[in-house]
Amino acid sequence: MIFSGAAKGAGVLILAILAAVAIFLLVNAWPAISTPTDELSESVHWIKEGDSLLDYVGPLVFGTVLAALIALIIATPVAIAVALFISHYAPRKLAQIFGYVIDLLAAIPSVVYGLWGALWLMPQMFPVFEWLSEYLGFIPIFQGPAASPPRTILTAGIVLAVMILPIITAVSREVFLQTPTLHREAALALGATRWEMIRMAVLPFGRSGIISAAMLGLGRALGETMAVAMVLSPGFVYSFFILQAGQQQNIAANIALKFPESSGLGVNVLIFTGLVLFAITLLVNMIARWIVSRRAEFSGAN
Amino acid sequence: MATVQTPPSVELSSPGLTRGKLPRYAPVVLLVLSFAAVGGLFAALGSFSVPLTVFLGIILYAVVILVVTTFVEGARAARDRLATTLMYSAFGLAVVPLVSLLWTVLENGLERFNGYFLTTTMRGVFGGMDAGGAYHAIMGTLEITAFATVISVPIGMLTAIYLVEYGPKSKLGRGITFFVDVMTGIPSIVAGLFAYALFVLFFGPGVRMGAAGSVALAVLMIPVVVRASEEMLKLVPNELREAAYALGVPKWLTIVKVVLRTAAAGLVTGVMLAIARVIGETAPLLIVAGVVDSANFDLFEGRMMTLPVFVYGQYTQGLAPPGPDSIITINYDRAWAAALTLILIVMVLNLIARIIARIFSPKTGR
Repeated sequence: MIFSGAAKGAGVLILAILAAVAIFLLVNAWPAISTPTDELSESVHWIKEGDSLLDYVGPLVFGTVLAALIALIIATPVAIAVALFISHYAPRKLAQIFGYVIDLLAAIPSVVYGLWGALWLMPQMFPVFEWLSEYLGFIPIFQGPAASPPRTILTAGIVLAVMILPIITAVSREVFLQTPTLHREAALALGATRWEMIRMAVLPFGRSGIISAAMLGLGRALGETMAVAMVLSPGFVYSFFILQAGQQQNIAANIALKFPESSGLGVNVLIFTGLVLFAITLLVNMIARWIVSRRAEFSGAN
Repeated sequence: MATVQTPPSVELSSPGLTRGKLPRYAPVVLLVLSFAAVGGLFAALGSFSVPLTVFLGIILYAVVILVVTTFVEGARAARDRLATTLMYSAFGLAVVPLVSLLWTVLENGLERFNGYFLTTTMRGVFGGMDAGGAYHAIMGTLEITAFATVISVPIGMLTAIYLVEYGPKSKLGRGITFFVDVMTGIPSIVAGLFAYALFVLFFGPGVRMGAAGSVALAVLMIPVVVRASEEMLKLVPNELREAAYALGVPKWLTIVKVVLRTAAAGLVTGVMLAIARVIGETAPLLIVAGVVDSANFDLFEGRMMTLPVFVYGQYTQGLAPPGPDSIITINYDRAWAAALTLILIVMVLNLIARIIARIFSPKTGR
């Protein structure tokens, strides 16, 4: 009785912790929300004169979403192809090892990614970015001049893409492996090539799984701090120029950079931005998990 | 009279029914040829570079194999070959960052990675001095992570027991499962802000201490522990539980003596993997545990350095001012060495976890 109570209590405690995160953030963000606009920009020096709290958070949300989307656009196709490779192309015996190799990417701490991105990747990427801005500069997002060193949101997006690749791969691989063997064998028996079998049996079956995998990756990319803080040169405008430095910033990196030397109302403002980030990631993750759980209920593959 | 009707054999073997087939070695040969062609072209132009050769070589190979297969085997087979090429190159592309990252960390980190680095703090080290190490950061990381484990393992495991043994079908159980999944997606920085907000209540604004870092890490660790333990408990065969019940053993004793004991190795593996996941967290510790140069062993008093924050701190200091005995890149060198230490810790944890899982995994007959 005591034991079952303790077990149940621990479960309830987890729900309480999640609620506490939201409540504590809200309580600590409240001073920033309730302070009138002029007073706010007066007492927090990095808020521009006359800007309201929302004017400050807006560009940050924009930068967060932009960086995450760049990462998602790069990572999703590669991750799906890798998942298909591991589940359907690689030799059986090697497939598990390849799976471990991709999982290793997830084991590396984010700060090491940041270090690698800032000190190794940036010099490698500069010629590519220069080429992009020179020959594709007529497309607005690639408008130059390409920043040197490329402390731009595109570099940050590439690092984020590497970081979210393992989770997208892992989830979609699971889904692909669940494709009923009969569907696959039926397709092959009708004379389909391997690619046609994948297109007709595996991908339709795994579509919702791919979507939720991508959303989970998006959730990761939205909240990633260190890699962005170490690579990106921050700016606070709504800007689509992904090859120029000092244009965007993401919420998490902004908190990490400003928090250590903030006090008073500044801390409250940062906690408010954290609350916004929490709300966004919570929403994305809930949608992703909802898709997964809905799928589990009516798929016969479990 | 007895004319035997000869089957129209000529028409049966008409070219329409069977297509030609490329020999098995064709793709490999074509790939090598493409690399040679692109590499040769670059060498002739005098600007040879490996990444560009590989990149353009694969593109050339994709085009060539598409054309060749279309003529020999038909359009459907050609599309299949193209897809195969794409899958293989995607995997290659995904491995590039891993290899380059491990290589750069080893190359740059090994130089300063020695006994001195592991046993010295940064106390009194400034500028480009050829001194200083990560001892304080390593101790801080170990202490903070250990305390986070102490907090999160009981909560996580009890929750997993509840989910598997008591309430797998109940509304509360499903709710907890859902929110545990959602909780895995909490950004680490938000966990840090939560720990800060919690400790401000007791210690006033501007609080920095190791224990707060542990709380932040525990928030990130609990869902991982729950998920891993849940999977392991589900693997325990129901027959064992029923045998215990049949002998009149109460439920809680069955769980403690039978279920947990059977799943012990798996549970340890899960906890180790969870530790490996949070030990590299930087952002929350930067916020609540702070930055300090000397060793501090007290979790509840004052700032505490950790290894990931050490890497970040050294990186942000940038190049040291030039001087007579000054090593300009010393801060970056220390950052790389600390990164190497961190990766080694994570890898060892992962390795131990996998070995335990391999040796003690319950024989489920699968």
